[in-house]
Amino acid sequence: MSSITLKDVTKRYGDGYEAVKHLDLDIADGEFMILVGPSGCGKSTALRMVAGLEDISEGELDIGGERVNDKAPKDRDIAMVFQNYALYPHMTVRENMGFALKLAKVPEEEIRRKVEEAAKTLDLTEHLDRKPSNLSGGQRQRVAMGRAIVREPAAFLMDEPLSNLDAKLRVQMRTEVSRIQQRLGVTTIYVTHDQTEAMTLGDRVAVMRAGVLQQVASPRELYDHPVNLFVAGFIGSPAMNFFPAPLDSGTLKLPMGDVPLPDGLRAGLEAETVHGDLIAGLRPGDMEDAGLVPEHHRGTGHVFPAEIELVESMGSESYAYFTLQGGAVQADELAELAAEAGLSDLGGGGDARVTARLSAESDIRSGTTAELWMDTQRLHLFDAHDGRAIGRTGRDGS
Amino acid sequence: MIGTRRYAGWGAVHLIVLTSALFPVLWILSLSLKTSGDIADGRLIPRAFSLDNYFGAKGIFKQSIFTDALFNSLIIASIATVISVVLAAMAAYAIARLEFPGKRLILVAALAIAMFPPISIVGPLFNLWRDLGLFDTKAGLVIPYMTFTLPLAIYTLSAFFRDIPWELEQAAQMDGATPAQAFRKVILPLAAPGIFTTAILVFIFAWNDFVFAISLTSTGRAQTVPAALSQFTGASQFTAPVGSVAAAAVVVTIPIIIVVLFFQRRIVAGLTAGAVKG
Repeated sequence: MSSITLKDVTKRYGDGYEAVKHLDLDIADGEFMILVGPSGCGKSTALRMVAGLEDISEGELDIGGERVNDKAPKDRDIAMVFQNYALYPHMTVRENMGFALKLAKVPEEEIRRKVEEAAKTLDLTEHLDRKPSNLSGGQRQRVAMGRAIVREPAAFLMDEPLSNLDAKLRVQMRTEVSRIQQRLGVTTIYVTHDQTEAMTLGDRVAVMRAGVLQQVASPRELYDHPVNLFVAGFIGSPAMNFFPAPLDSGTLKLPMGDVPLPDGLRAGLEAETVHGDLIAGLRPGDMEDAGLVPEHHRGTGHVFPAEIELVESMGSESYAYFTLQGGAVQADELAELAAEAGLSDLGGGGDARVTARLSAESDIRSGTTAELWMDTQRLHLFDAHDGRAIGRTGRDGS
Repeated sequence: MIGTRRYAGWGAVHLIVLTSALFPVLWILSLSLKTSGDIADGRLIPRAFSLDNYFGAKGIFKQSIFTDALFNSLIIASIATVISVVLAAMAAYAIARLEFPGKRLILVAALAIAMFPPISIVGPLFNLWRDLGLFDTKAGLVIPYMTFTLPLAIYTLSAFFRDIPWELEQAAQMDGATPAQAFRKVILPLAAPGIFTTAILVFIFAWNDFVFAISLTSTGRAQTVPAALSQFTGASQFTAPVGSVAAAAVVVTIPIIIVVLFFQRRIVAGLTAGAVKG
């Protein structure tokens, strides 16, 4: 077990393309660190540099306080779980899991003991003598985990280990991964493009975009205080809603009406220089059916009418979709997120499409006009020029 | 109905192909089993079966020209196969996995060699081999066989290596294997079908070659069966050695059949199934 430190690490390819730019990351001993971002953001490259499968162009990588830039993967004492499992098809599960120990010339008897122990943890005991081709996806995934576990390495590296499983199994394996990591207490770096995995698994989450680290923080902090538009739009499901928010003498002119500037944001605005237009962000969960908001609570927010286009009931909650005229926001970061999600029209056109999360008790129907309440205290403000969040300094204390 | 008709159609096609391919073989077999008097009777099924052409007093196994050649053929084809496959495996692995300057050039050059008609280099080789003392030696045949089979072997094998997911080597690397260990313990076992396919192709080429064999050998020291066949003599200078040639032709077919059947069992499709999520 040991800490992993990346100092100003850059990966530059032969053609000059920089996949990872000046990455600084401190991962404590035993910490579960998630690298998350859309595809092509450099998260896998970063992981592969830690693994030693990619050279580090610039910067320094320390594992357990020792510089390992020039060490071969096998000398770094780390185990990796690959996205497609990469099991050796000609070996049985037992041989797959024991391969590393065999190469390390560990005595037969000990290999046997360790493999069987790991198999028990992973519920693979009865499959030990089968070949990978005879296993289900979930079982293969567990064998890949087992191969990493038996070695008792200094760190686990996981490259989207769950992305090949079907949805139900993925949720199940997610808790499994979390349980194993907590029990073994091994430093883990976990790469994923799925923000749900990132939010549920990690002690801390590092969000990357185009090779640049955006923010490293606990899932809660990322959700509550994203540092920029990109993190705000990427973290959270359904995604945060964005509106243009021109400021006029202490009042934000949002598409749903004029809202007084919350104190935290006011302090931030005074402390910082804003270069572009303001963009307001509001999480779907920060809206509610106005009829369900207690009277005394209503004052802290703003009530507005919305023509509900569609209500999706999830049982425990429901999602209401509506459009606000003239509410579209243009920003590169949001366009990128939209492209990633396959929604080129997110925020496109002249109108903002808004999602609100409502309590299950709400009786708002599709095709009606409803009164919605929004929590203005939980508004986020961003500078459209560089996407930076405003007023974070004012909020950090709270 | 359509299924049946299609089935019948394919059956007919198979029948035509099999007949045209196997009838000559059958005819040769029939010739080899006939007595010398019946050779020219034009019947497919011999009037009387006789093994004289094989084991008789003048049968091929009593003639040193054939037994020596059979031995030479086995040795030369086996050595050429082993060396060619080993070299090709290493070259193909490098081509499949490494980026190095001149990679395309190597592939193009290899292909160019394969396209060279053997007959065009036989003359120069003949002179060269005599000067180097390689004429009428086994090495003198192994070398050109290797040269001509390597390109094909490299191509076949690099296709196989390319199909093996790169993650497997990386996984082996992470598990602590050196590149050599990863190649030997992970890649080679998975490329086994490719190795065997290549081995069969090389062996058949070396076994069947006539041009080099007839030009670069002169005696039983290195002469292979195809060359020896052409030098069989009949009972007198006016009779053609039809029976002996037929018997020899049948005998030389047998090793090929054995090799193919033996290796075919190893060529199990989908050996890599289960390696990665497909």
